[in-house]
Amino acid sequence: MSSLIIGVLAGPVPLSPTQIFAPASTPARSIFELSILVLLISAAIFVVVFGLLAYAALKFRRRKSDDGREPPQIYGSLQIELAWTITPVIIVLVLFLATARVVYAVQDHPRPRNALEVTAIGHQFWWEYRYAGTNVVTANELHIPVSEAASPRPTYLKLLSADTDHSFWVPRLGGKTDLIPNFPNETWFDPQETGLFLGQCAQYCGTQHAKMLLRVYVHTREEFERWLAEQSKPAAAADEVAQGRRIFERTSCINCHTVAGTPANGRFGPDLTHLMSRDTIGAGILPNTPENLSRWIRDPAVFKPGSLMPAMGMSDAELEAVTAYMASLR
Amino acid sequence: MLSSDALTLTKAPTARRPFADVLQEWLTTVDHKRLGLLYIAYGLFFLVVGGVEATVMRIQLVRAHNDFVSPQAFNQMFTMHGTTMIFFVAMPLVFGFANYLVPLMIGARDMAFPRLNAFSFWMTAFGGLFLYFSFVGGYGLYGMGTAPDAGWFAYAPLTAKTFSPGQSIDYWAIALLISGFGSIGTAINIIATVFCMRCPGMTLGKMPLLAWLSLTMAVLVILAVSPLTAAQIMLVLDRFLGAHFFDTQAGGSAVVWMHFFWVFGHPEVYVLVIPAFAIASEVIPVFSRKAIFGYPVMVAATVAIAFISMSVWAHHMFTVGMTSTANNFFVLTTMAIAVPTGIKIFNWLATMWGGKIQFKAPMLFCTAFLFQFLIAGLTGVMNASAPFTWHLANSYFVVAHFHYVILGAIIFCIFAGIYYWFPKASGRMYSEKLARWHFWLFLIGFHLTFDFMHIPGLLGMPRRIYTYEPGRGWDVWNLIVTVGVFFQAAGILFFVANLIWSYLRGRSAGRDPWDAWTLEWSTTSPPPEYNFASLPSVKSRRPLWDLKHPEDPDWQYE
Repeated sequence: MSSLIIGVLAGPVPLSPTQIFAPASTPARSIFELSILVLLISAAIFVVVFGLLAYAALKFRRRKSDDGREPPQIYGSLQIELAWTITPVIIVLVLFLATARVVYAVQDHPRPRNALEVTAIGHQFWWEYRYAGTNVVTANELHIPVSEAASPRPTYLKLLSADTDHSFWVPRLGGKTDLIPNFPNETWFDPQETGLFLGQCAQYCGTQHAKMLLRVYVHTREEFERWLAEQSKPAAAADEVAQGRRIFERTSCINCHTVAGTPANGRFGPDLTHLMSRDTIGAGILPNTPENLSRWIRDPAVFKPGSLMPAMGMSDAELEAVTAYMASLR
Repeated sequence: MLSSDALTLTKAPTARRPFADVLQEWLTTVDHKRLGLLYIAYGLFFLVVGGVEATVMRIQLVRAHNDFVSPQAFNQMFTMHGTTMIFFVAMPLVFGFANYLVPLMIGARDMAFPRLNAFSFWMTAFGGLFLYFSFVGGYGLYGMGTAPDAGWFAYAPLTAKTFSPGQSIDYWAIALLISGFGSIGTAINIIATVFCMRCPGMTLGKMPLLAWLSLTMAVLVILAVSPLTAAQIMLVLDRFLGAHFFDTQAGGSAVVWMHFFWVFGHPEVYVLVIPAFAIASEVIPVFSRKAIFGYPVMVAATVAIAFISMSVWAHHMFTVGMTSTANNFFVLTTMAIAVPTGIKIFNWLATMWGGKIQFKAPMLFCTAFLFQFLIAGLTGVMNASAPFTWHLANSYFVVAHFHYVILGAIIFCIFAGIYYWFPKASGRMYSEKLARWHFWLFLIGFHLTFDFMHIPGLLGMPRRIYTYEPGRGWDVWNLIVTVGVFFQAAGILFFVANLIWSYLRGRSAGRDPWDAWTLEWSTTSPPPEYNFASLPSVKSRRPLWDLKHPEDPDWQYE
């Protein structure tokens, strides 16, 4: 039944890439099955009570031919009151037990030893990911392996915040969990298909909360290992862009950004070591092209007013050189 | 029985007096009826203000990547909209009804503490004015001033000096602190009035349901607003004196703020909806021409709702990372509240059953309320299911759900109440024709906006975003939602026109236009300052029924 509903909703023309009715991992599927049960019970109650209300409103309206006498006065009935107390109590118990089961199953799921561990840190207004046991640090685009039924490998996210509250929500992978400063949280998912999964920050975190998008790339196991190996290399160092690199390292860029293997080791902004391996910039809001990079460096507020990165105030020549350096960071 | 003196000893209205005299009289009044009307006028004024803020937001969201307002302005709009609608619309409106009606319904001449009553109203009023002064404070001459922008529940640490420099959060915290004192004062007053001022014969069990529900509401206000006030004091200490209650950078706790806010925030929903129930419990019997079904059960269900509502707050925090056991506790308590709420719906239904229902404006609004409250309750049960809410929390589904409660249930009942008691308060009948235009336009607008608002939530649209990406399947729903706003606005125009026109030109209403049963209909419309020339005494819950049907009085059955 639930797979049928998934089929209809996610069908050939999907309603939305972020809808909650097309689960692609175990927690999302448990929630989905529970929500279908809750929806069905609610629908049944709705039909019955709506029907009774509509019937009463139509049947007992005053007619034109009314004789003006008051209708019989009825003050109550203990039996009837008991009936419509006990029935809801039973329904509530059923719903509670069904809910509690899923809460325990998702929240207290035992973590397998081979799980991938990533620390996700929410920032105003972007995401930082640090892969445990490696030196890999990336931003905004989370890459994880698929978790096949035959050899499951779920991903566990440790959720931290560098500033205000945020919330991690990729609906097809699972429910949301908040990232709260001084209050480490955890969430997990085990995507059973490869592809790109979208979401966005779901807890108001400041001016640009709206443009704090989430992108999760699920790869086959081999692709993921290859990606991880690429990301753990130090930054590319091409001679053609030495000028841009010099400008980058002598301006305030390095106060906030890291490029591994260079003096740039700031932590406020996204790590740029493998910038060009990402599809987007600005937390998912712009395609990552040299033109967009250049416009972004000139003044991020054009795309994201309230972004904490200031306009860099570079000359056209400097901007061109820095953009070229950025574009070389593969 | 009612003395006939009570019905005749009222003076004819005097001739026109200078405006300054009238103004002075209203500004210095301690009369519960005038203060009630001030509360209601104040609430309706801010209803329009909050509605304008909502309209700005809906225009901004009509399509993806719209740039009608800046992100900063949008964030200020939703913060001010939420704060205004809860604290300066819904609270004053429900207090206004309690103020105006409780003394009249229990046969008293005023509230227990008339001066405290005036003090409370003006505290609430100054709170609202102070909050709105933020629009002109700071750089108000060329922008939105320092209006707060941290959301109406203002989660820490966004409210810390680090993340909200300037004065915006100070305006917010101090405005709510001030109006909070007013709320607590009114709550104490209502409790004292109900316990001490009832007329001879009116035992607690013979009070009109509105008095019972106002009492319950007042108890909840004291329990709920006090922690909010405490939290605001802590926030102000954080911001002015460098305390570290919620300052996470100095080891403070963001989660503590959440607990404080929601231990206020959830009972607050019932603070607002119980008076709505109160209005429905008066209107539905009169227009169905039947006594309320199951009066003792209705009282018990209300008290049960109030009791349980004190233990459900953390269902606002299912995504915060509580333990599975804590989550399940709040699942159970939240779902449990559906039981007494369901009982109330069934009792209203049973009251209508077998009656002769007259669909005048108050009953139209109450009928719509029943259907809408049913839906709001069912989406509430969905939200109570914690895993479902791991998706729904902070999504547009939740926004649609609580607007169903606050607009679809509370404001619909407020409209019903205004039409129902307008003849009593003004002495004139409203225009049924304009009221019908108001009802149907508002109903259509409400359903266009809030039915369709559930869908983008299910499709992953979070709340409080000033714009959104195309290609998420959200565009068409947002367009429909925005269109609905204009129907609602048109309905409000008819409402305002009706109030003004009827006040000036409406035909005289007489004391009892609805052939109703509670004491306020036994005195003149509008009632004299002293309400009753001689205090009434009652023998049943429907004293005027007893008077009108001496052959079959209620007290034979109760």
